[in-house]
Amino acid sequence: MKKWLGIALTVAALLSALGAPWLAAHDPLRTDFAQSLKPPGAPGHPFGTDQLGRDLLARILHGARLALFIGGCTVIVTAIVGGLLGLVAGFVERWPSTVLMRIVDVQLSFPFILLAMTINAIVGLGLRNIILSLSAAGWVVYARVVRGEVLSVKQRDYVQAAAALGMGRMRLMFRHVLPNVAPSIVVVASLQFSSFVVAEASISFLGFGVQPPTPAWGSMLSESRDFLYVAWWLAAFPGAALALTALGVNLLGDWLRDTLDPKLRV
Amino acid sequence: MRAYVVSRLAQTALVVFLSLTAVFVMVRLSGDPVLLFMPMDIQAKDVNEFRQRLGFNDPLPVQYARFVGGAMRGDFGESLRYRRDALGLVLERLPATLLLAGTSLLLTLVVAVPLGVVSAVRRDSVLDHVGTISTVLGQATPGFWLGLLLIYLFSVQLRWLPTGGMGGLAHLVMPSVVLAAFYSARIARLTRSAVLEVLGEDYILTARAKGLGEGRVIGKHTLRNSAIPIVTLAGLEAGQVLGGAVITETIFAWPGLGRLTVQALLNRDFPVVLAAVFFISLMYTLINLAVDLLYGWLDPRVRLR
Repeated sequence: MKKWLGIALTVAALLSALGAPWLAAHDPLRTDFAQSLKPPGAPGHPFGTDQLGRDLLARILHGARLALFIGGCTVIVTAIVGGLLGLVAGFVERWPSTVLMRIVDVQLSFPFILLAMTINAIVGLGLRNIILSLSAAGWVVYARVVRGEVLSVKQRDYVQAAAALGMGRMRLMFRHVLPNVAPSIVVVASLQFSSFVVAEASISFLGFGVQPPTPAWGSMLSESRDFLYVAWWLAAFPGAALALTALGVNLLGDWLRDTLDPKLRV
Repeated sequence: MRAYVVSRLAQTALVVFLSLTAVFVMVRLSGDPVLLFMPMDIQAKDVNEFRQRLGFNDPLPVQYARFVGGAMRGDFGESLRYRRDALGLVLERLPATLLLAGTSLLLTLVVAVPLGVVSAVRRDSVLDHVGTISTVLGQATPGFWLGLLLIYLFSVQLRWLPTGGMGGLAHLVMPSVVLAAFYSARIARLTRSAVLEVLGEDYILTARAKGLGEGRVIGKHTLRNSAIPIVTLAGLEAGQVLGGAVITETIFAWPGLGRLTVQALLNRDFPVVLAAVFFISLMYTLINLAVDLLYGWLDPRVRLR
């Protein structure tokens, strides 16, 4: 039940993201003052329109595109960077491990959202920089989990045996250790994905990140605050899209964890 | 125990020092703080004077040494916007944040922990299912959206509660519920799985086999043993409440540290950013230290690691 709901919601989000240009009947950026603040169900605008007369459904669909793109890129960047650093630190204990763990400690002494927001305010706004900021704040989780896993996989007999047979360290690391920590990386990635999507929306909501008029869920919700008394739909629908996406991906992540790696705590 | 406390204190001091450095590097990477702060049409002479006065003309290592030295004495410089000492501004906002975070933590403890325990003990009951569904939904709902929905319902439609600001008890209701929602969902789930894990242990079977009443089995044997993971994870998560406060305070115009940080970042008021971000990380680190010490006290095996 949880699994199917997770898959259904995730697929729906993916389809809206990929199909946004074809599914949306309107251009998400085209304004039409004659049509401003129409309630849901208005002819041609099933979700209504915003203060500039832009079609809300089109903006939400294009918002899905943006949210999933940012979430996806961030997950890939953090998994590669954090995963590799964790792999090396777990494999070559001694100083690389110590240095990495100190960096992880320092980063974990800042709440994730505050760190990502501060980095974003400093490096600047826009799509590329929000991906950069989320990645810079988020990679430590992989590094810590992967390092821990590598430390335990390394002790297993088949790794010891391969090492005793004289296998090179690179081959040992990528051929025997990496495939055995891969499930953890997949699980962490699926659990991190929704937190990246929500973090991006929060940061854009606060006025950093993706800027209007680009249809991002966070900045749409931020604008909706000024119209809360007259147009509830501007707050309700983009937020629901965000929450349902997060719900779907979370359920999928839970299921993946239960299947692949039930002991893992993130 | 003493060796454990000393080593944890030393580690904490190192992390605090390194995070101070990290904050400085982060803020200085962004370019010239004075130019970023000033309006576009300002004259070069004025920029230079401002820079000279605030010490931005000195070489970076000198600025770093002065920053660390100042921070040790609680001096983070002067706010570019308010022309007051930055730490003073931060400390002024601190009680509001502590009130909000404290209320949320209390709400969480009162709601989430009992919910988790009951869900585990009465596994697969209606209450367990309702609890699981609400925690899954609670975790997926972004705080700022929940805030908007509550404002729409209770302020716009019903007119029961104020939309924001700080004042009487009514002002505290929505912000603390929003801040507690996400955290409670996590804690309820963690409590449930921790209690379930303990219920599967042999000593619980033994306790039941020797005829102990269910009240004693749960109250004495189960809860005590599941307290350790709950305390640890609750403590680690407590820090995230400070991160959540940044967003919650902004929605409800709550005059706390989180809102000050957001405004300082938007205004590019870097001395205040430095002071606020560092202060939040300091609180976070101290919470983690307290959790570690509590952990070592609850579970003597930890001290040896």
